[in-house]
Amino acid sequence: MAKLTGAEILIKSLCAEGVTHAFGYPGGTIIPLTDKLYNNKALTFHLTRHEQGAVHAADGYARATGKVGVCIATSGPGATNLVTGIATAHMDSIPLVAITGQVNSSLIGNDAFQEADMSGITRPITKHNYLVKDVKDLAQVVKEAFHIARTGRPGPVLIDLPVDVQLQKTEFKYPKTVNIRGYKPTYKGHVGQIKKIAKAIEKSKRPVIYAGGGIILSGAEKELTMFARKTGIPVTTTLMGLGGFPEDDSLSLGMLGMHGTAYANHAIQDSDLIIAVGARFDDRVTGRIDAFAPKAIVAHIDIDPASVSKNVRVDIPVIGDAKGVLKELNKFSKKGSKSAWLKTIAGWKKKIPLRYKNDGKLRPQYIIEQIHALTKGKNVIIATEVGQNQMWAAQFFTFTKPRTWLSSGGLGTMGYGFPAAIGAQIGKPDSIVFDIAGDGSIQMNIQELATAVIEKLPIKIAILNNGYLGMVRQWQELFYEKRYAYTVLAKKDLTACPDFVRLAESYGAKGMRIRKKTDVRKAIKDALKIKGPVVMDFIIEREENVFPMVPTGKSIDKMIHGLA
Amino acid sequence: MDKFIIAVLVENKFGVLARVAGLFSARGFNIVSLAVGETEDPEVSRMTIVVEADERILEQVKKQLNKLIDVITVQDLTGGKYVDRELILIKVKAESAAVREKIVQVVDSTGAEIVDIGKKCLTVEEAGDEHKVKALIELLRSYGILEIVRTGKIAIQSK
Repeated sequence: MAKLTGAEILIKSLCAEGVTHAFGYPGGTIIPLTDKLYNNKALTFHLTRHEQGAVHAADGYARATGKVGVCIATSGPGATNLVTGIATAHMDSIPLVAITGQVNSSLIGNDAFQEADMSGITRPITKHNYLVKDVKDLAQVVKEAFHIARTGRPGPVLIDLPVDVQLQKTEFKYPKTVNIRGYKPTYKGHVGQIKKIAKAIEKSKRPVIYAGGGIILSGAEKELTMFARKTGIPVTTTLMGLGGFPEDDSLSLGMLGMHGTAYANHAIQDSDLIIAVGARFDDRVTGRIDAFAPKAIVAHIDIDPASVSKNVRVDIPVIGDAKGVLKELNKFSKKGSKSAWLKTIAGWKKKIPLRYKNDGKLRPQYIIEQIHALTKGKNVIIATEVGQNQMWAAQFFTFTKPRTWLSSGGLGTMGYGFPAAIGAQIGKPDSIVFDIAGDGSIQMNIQELATAVIEKLPIKIAILNNGYLGMVRQWQELFYEKRYAYTVLAKKDLTACPDFVRLAESYGAKGMRIRKKTDVRKAIKDALKIKGPVVMDFIIEREENVFPMVPTGKSIDKMIHGLA
Repeated sequence: MDKFIIAVLVENKFGVLARVAGLFSARGFNIVSLAVGETEDPEVSRMTIVVEADERILEQVKKQLNKLIDVITVQDLTGGKYVDRELILIKVKAESAAVREKIVQVVDSTGAEIVDIGKKCLTVEEAGDEHKVKALIELLRSYGILEIVRTGKIAIQSK
């Protein structure tokens, strides 16, 4: 049998795993690999302009398509530039395989040029990582890496590949099966426990379903919708779960937590039964933990045993895959309706809806609503940056389908949205892709405008420009006596530094500036017609705040509502 | 806060010790001692970890360890039947022949051994369970302990 180089073996292995797109940036120790990727018909390599852009693009691609995202970088600084993106994927449980070049095996540990201990550096932020010392191990490593990345609770896996191993030759045989004795996730939920949940539902008067990112990862949206509608239980989703349950359904409570809807927060605090599925009781959701849902029995369906009873004491745990467990639960649940409870909730929805000042000024919430209205019925994907832009997008867009919402929830990485949108557009070429950004966040990976232009990706970047590091400024306004320390990104003229329209044009993208509320709809319609990337610089009300807000240390029913 | 003893079987691979140690430090779990070595299967190593924590944190320790790909099994030995041993070397002050005699007598009565004699000190070796080791340290304390080296506890379930 002919012998292949490590680089060739790696590419054949990636293809065997169904990889069709990879994102990256070359460098000295990865040239043997990128050389073999050049003009490869089966696997398209997308060059970004920063490694961080590559890893976020692989992440966005994974979230939008459900496939494992792949990014490639060189050793040393190229690899360390992936760290933020790997940590982002780790916190949100996104399947990713990151391949980094490494210096020649004989130089490892010698402080060689562009050497970095990526195994050590990424140990706490990867599900697992590998340093391949022998080309004979490479195919097996790739097989294991993809298996680990996409199964159980998904996550990023790093493969560190020394340059000499990329050039070593051996026979290629891709393993048919993979068996890791220390890794056996539980998929099937315990039937006895599932029956307990069904029983608890019958007894309850004020139940709530609390659904998170696990619904999306498991592909459990149909089972969840069926479960909620059969039992008549209202559903609230976390930031990561948006799209897991249609928000235009009358049972939808929208998002809960620090910037969730008031009625979702009240429902949780007043509930007597919480059915948590694929969610982890994060601090942004629970608020003050000893005061969280004081009257509720807690049932928790999750694939990760470590998430169960980590923060909140769980009464009925079920370890398993959300889709499968919900399917079983649907069999045991009885058709029901909790009409008194739904009436109470309807009352809250009427009294304390999400709102903002509806005047002539250009406010960000209106922009989000119009983006939704003008793309309704179409396949649209919303990526966001982090901060106020992210919260307004979560609150005012109506999500009905999974894998249409890409946002860095766990790590909260500014600069995530634009490259993620790039990855999503490449993975879903027929979808309309928006990046909702702030003027701060968008500058963190602005260099990717080159990628979007050259790859002809018709991404619409909606910059909610208030000249501030918005969310931090909001905290400074509410809790630090308006001392805007280091959060003023622009002085009086929000269009000077930078002029986002001219910046877009300098890259060859279309730029437009919108200052008036009455120009918003036309601008969005025009942008949607342009067959390339568009930067929309919306000059919004400078000191608009995100409400409701649960301040630190308060229970989630003690929200600040602000003025409507 | 109590002490718990867990036995962890891990893949005998490069970097596994760093993974486990990293997990503990990242999550703020308190390691009292950690001993690791190959088992009867050269591809498997066994770690004996003594953790200081409360019940709730211990649950998380076990669950997080199980999540590691290189961890094969996690066994909580605490409260069950097990045999534990630790090897300890104690360097104790012995500045005169008379004091040296005394220490030799004391050591003889415990079953420990003198493994090194210096001009002004003696080194005592003991391998025993937790009580035996503790007792020896207490016994020698009054003579002036110069240095202690311990391996950390190892344990095996008894049938």
